[in-house]
Amino acid sequence: MEIPAIVGAGLVVIGAGIGIGRIGGSAMDAIARQPEAYGKIQTAMLIAAALIEGIGFAALFAV
Amino acid sequence: MQRNFLAKFLFITLLIFSTTVKAQHEEHEGTPEEVSLKTKIKESINHHLLDSHDFTFFSDSETGKHYGFSLPVILWDEGIQLFSSSKFHHGETVAENNGNYYKLYHNKIYKTDVDGTITLDDHHHPTQVKPLDFSITKSVLMIIITGILMFLAFAGMAKSFKKGPIVTGAGRFLEPIIIYIRDEIAIPNIGIHKYKKYMSYLLTVFFFVWFLNLFGLTPLGVNVTGNIAITFALALITFIITQFSGNKNYWKHIFWMPGVPVPMKIILAPIELLGVIIKPFALMIRLYANIMAGHIVLMSLIGLIFVFQNWIGSSLTFVLAFAITMIELLVALLQAYIFTMLSALYFGFAVEEHDEAH
Repeated sequence: MEIPAIVGAGLVVIGAGIGIGRIGGSAMDAIARQPEAYGKIQTAMLIAAALIEGIGFAALFAV
Repeated sequence: MQRNFLAKFLFITLLIFSTTVKAQHEEHEGTPEEVSLKTKIKESINHHLLDSHDFTFFSDSETGKHYGFSLPVILWDEGIQLFSSSKFHHGETVAENNGNYYKLYHNKIYKTDVDGTITLDDHHHPTQVKPLDFSITKSVLMIIITGILMFLAFAGMAKSFKKGPIVTGAGRFLEPIIIYIRDEIAIPNIGIHKYKKYMSYLLTVFFFVWFLNLFGLTPLGVNVTGNIAITFALALITFIITQFSGNKNYWKHIFWMPGVPVPMKIILAPIELLGVIIKPFALMIRLYANIMAGHIVLMSLIGLIFVFQNWIGSSLTFVLAFAITMIELLVALLQAYIFTMLSALYFGFAVEEHDEAH
């Protein structure tokens, strides 16, 4: 039986979701540890999240 | 109090759930009315996402009347062909200009005969000639309006600085954003010595993307930044600026990175070279997909109101649509920020000076 491509896209989106979640969680930890570095951590977090998000969208549009 | 609220919330949720179950049950029978409603919603969403040759605010499906205005069509077909898009009558009729006949097919203009016959090949593409289309479409009009708006806002701001050190008018709102882009995006990523050259582009792209994203959320029904051609153009400019400002170190780190064994260099060079293309490509896809996805979600939620057709489900869907709109307002700003941020990051890679120890 052939697995539809949309299942693969779903898996990629799950992976991207876990990834972005981990980034957010780690950023929270980092901010809690060093509140003075809030701005820098937030910027780095957004960049990393955006890069992962790009992969998620690429998977969705490849279907 | 809280418990009371919870009980009410659960009750309402259950009510909705029961209605949706009922709706699903009915779907098996598939009354023609429901099917046509769903296709109508789908058509409406598709129509919204695409660019068009006329500016329609809304249409009356019963009378078939469209409320809006037509835009000029400019074609290059053995000379310039200039006429109003009202001649197409929203794709229903053939437009005649200087003895040539044109027909709209899936929002694209084809040159046809008097009857406007469109013949399809095996891949469902029309075989007719497609003249070069330079029309002022909905998206183009919005870009022009945004350009004028930005020019007025920032020219006024520059003018007010001539009078004194404190900015007046709309500049009071815009100045902190400009300072933020300079101090938090440009300087940390590009470096204090070289950032000035790139500020004009970064500011332009930030406000352009942000304003167009916001226009997309108004009931005007435009989807400019959710159009891959526009994000492609923006990403292409970033790509060109990056390549032209690349210094010796930048190219060295792509083709012959220092401090890496020679076999590794041979393997890494093609990957790095690919990365040069992938970076702006991701930039393009990210903006396009985010805005496109946001519009689809929002339009689908609004469409759900008509699917539910009961006051509980529809009003809750309205609340949900409102919440998503708020998120989209954030996304509009965030995507403009990310685009500017990553552009600055790439420019930073290109102009970075490495010391010998690296």
